[in-house]
Amino acid sequence: MGLQFWIQILPFVVLIILGFSIGGFVERAHSRQLKVREEAVRDVMVTDLRTFPVGCETASIGLVTGEVVIASDYFKTFAAGLRKMIGGDLRTYETLMERARREALVRMMESAKAMGANHVANVRLASSNIGSGGAGGRRSHRAAMVEVYAYGTAVFVPSTNRASS
Amino acid sequence: MIVVNTETIPGYAIREVKGLVQGNTIRAKHLGRDFVANLKNLVGGELKGYTELLIEARRQALERMLAQAEQLGGNAVVNVRFTTSTITQGAAELYAYGTAVVAEPEG
Repeated sequence: MGLQFWIQILPFVVLIILGFSIGGFVERAHSRQLKVREEAVRDVMVTDLRTFPVGCETASIGLVTGEVVIASDYFKTFAAGLRKMIGGDLRTYETLMERARREALVRMMESAKAMGANHVANVRLASSNIGSGGAGGRRSHRAAMVEVYAYGTAVFVPSTNRASS
Repeated sequence: MIVVNTETIPGYAIREVKGLVQGNTIRAKHLGRDFVANLKNLVGGELKGYTELLIEARRQALERMLAQAEQLGGNAVVNVRFTTSTITQGAAELYAYGTAVVAEPEG
């Protein structure tokens, strides 16, 4: 328990502080940005129903997708690692996945809007782990890396038919 | 070609079913992107390089599926589904499948 101990533990502490501060900042910035973008695409109706609203225009039909790959920060990975020992909610990962899903959905809605649609039907959400971490690094220290994607069929519904659907 | 992930196409009648069509692609990340991704793992956030890679890969899988549909003589693909799976460490397979059909406008 001398100087050597503190030298050994220092990089680890620095990484956790770095992850907590910068990671937290990135997360808050992303949440703020998401709110603005969600507001911008509010006129796009999203459902996971397999049917289309009455009177949708047949000229503009197309598949739209939105995807994002998101990584956890060092602090989140560390906190989740501790939590895994005692079980329970991995709260740090829950917020991560929630942001990733919102991002994928917003991107899908944005591309629907770009092609002139205002309704996305039969939306499916899927996620997959795309191999945690890069080359090197111990398995237990590897951060979560998740791909989330959303896809659906975009159509245009004239506003006169909007209320009846 | 009309591509939808629903079983029907609004305003169109399906005249003929041509069968299952599929397309896949397996992509590996490269070293430069891996390095950036490793740094990103410390501070979190989106891995833009990987997102672009997967968007491009999924488009390719979709294009392969559409080429098959064209070969079968279909003019639309309905009920399209996507899946992703990790084949080995650092390589992902993107797979798209659907049913090729001949659709005609109704009325």
